[in-house]
Amino acid sequence: MTEVNGLPARLDEIVADFELCEGREKLELLLDYARSFPAFPAHLQLPDEMEEVPECMTPVQMASEVRNGAIYFYFTVPEESPTVRGYAALMMEGLNGSAPEQVLAIPVDFYLRMGLQHVLTPQRLNGMAAILAHVKRRAAAELA
Amino acid sequence: MAAYAHPEFLVDTDWVAQHLGDPKVRLVESNEDALLYDTGHIPGAVKVDWFTSLQHPVRRDFVTREEFEALCSNLGIANDTTVVFYGDKSNWFAVYAFWLFEYYGHKDRRVMNGGRAKWVAEGRSLTTTPLAYPATTYHASAPAKGIRAFRDDVNKHLEAQLPLVDVRSTKEYTGELIHMPGYPQEGAQRGGHIPGAVNIPWSQAVQEDGTFKSPAALRDLYQGHGITPEKDIIAYCRIGERSSHTWFVLHYLLGYAKVRNYDGSWTEWGNLVGAPIEKGNGS
Repeated sequence: MTEVNGLPARLDEIVADFELCEGREKLELLLDYARSFPAFPAHLQLPDEMEEVPECMTPVQMASEVRNGAIYFYFTVPEESPTVRGYAALMMEGLNGSAPEQVLAIPVDFYLRMGLQHVLTPQRLNGMAAILAHVKRRAAAELA
Repeated sequence: MAAYAHPEFLVDTDWVAQHLGDPKVRLVESNEDALLYDTGHIPGAVKVDWFTSLQHPVRRDFVTREEFEALCSNLGIANDTTVVFYGDKSNWFAVYAFWLFEYYGHKDRRVMNGGRAKWVAEGRSLTTTPLAYPATTYHASAPAKGIRAFRDDVNKHLEAQLPLVDVRSTKEYTGELIHMPGYPQEGAQRGGHIPGAVNIPWSQAVQEDGTFKSPAALRDLYQGHGITPEKDIIAYCRIGERSSHTWFVLHYLLGYAKVRNYDGSWTEWGNLVGAPIEKGNGS
């Protein structure tokens, strides 16, 4: 996939969409992603558990696979955590089909351009940071 | 089985189902997840967000009395409204909102036992229909200082060797973690706990279905750690949300007279220059 602003092109488009939305619209867009969260593919089994986070954080599971040099990520996120579902859905849409190297090259603060910190609070971007860290770890493992 | 000390502050899901549409009752959903309400909520319920509704927009504090009055007015809450709080994660942030409503003097407050998850598990209906209530004229009281502890109060408490309850997870208490994994922005410079604090993770007070444990089980839990009814107790966690849950359990379910929530909690104490800290399993 081509790159724009240091991001896979589709991810850059998604970031730009959020950037253009104002206030409440940003939340509506994130909610749209949460609602369109795709089912976990049947051909992949038993995704690894992300490291257990006591008490608070959403239990997220993820898996990845490489086909023809492109990486694909899949997640499970409980329905009662729409914020994290939204993050995971937009990352799947933005990243799937990229080269693992492109995933590794994503700036760790890329999502600040989306401006969600202004409507969700900076603390609530932690889930996004965690997902980015995990997909990078996966991409590195696929390259190893 | 003995009852809770103040059962009138707790309602069950049946009670809520029977009071849907009751103009004297306002349901308030308060979640950790900022979007959960928007995916569906109990019919008639309004949303408060623990951060964007209840916290001061600039400095680290709660909204001011005037801002609280405006919040209630916008939610159609009058001074004599019965406000019923519920939310995700065993009512963690619902009780946080309950605590702030007490802080500003709202009289008739209840918590829906089991929270949102129990309502959903029982197959009861949710709606996404937007709603608005006519604005009210709301008068908040001066802050109820007796339920809130500041760092100076904690220092005095320490000097007097009075009991502190650290309600975080054990790894946070021992100092193995300085923030919850994945929550780097809620961290502190140092790990550990306030010297002498006992560790009773907040979630030990709830059952699988999100409802509170029985009075006997709760008494055993806290008294087993030396947290007894006659004592002057301060509870804390990381940002004061989990400890408001424990505050509710000790004060309203077990009837302890003097319990305060230290909302500065570990994100303040663990960043304070020179503050005493204990690591490991404590005393």
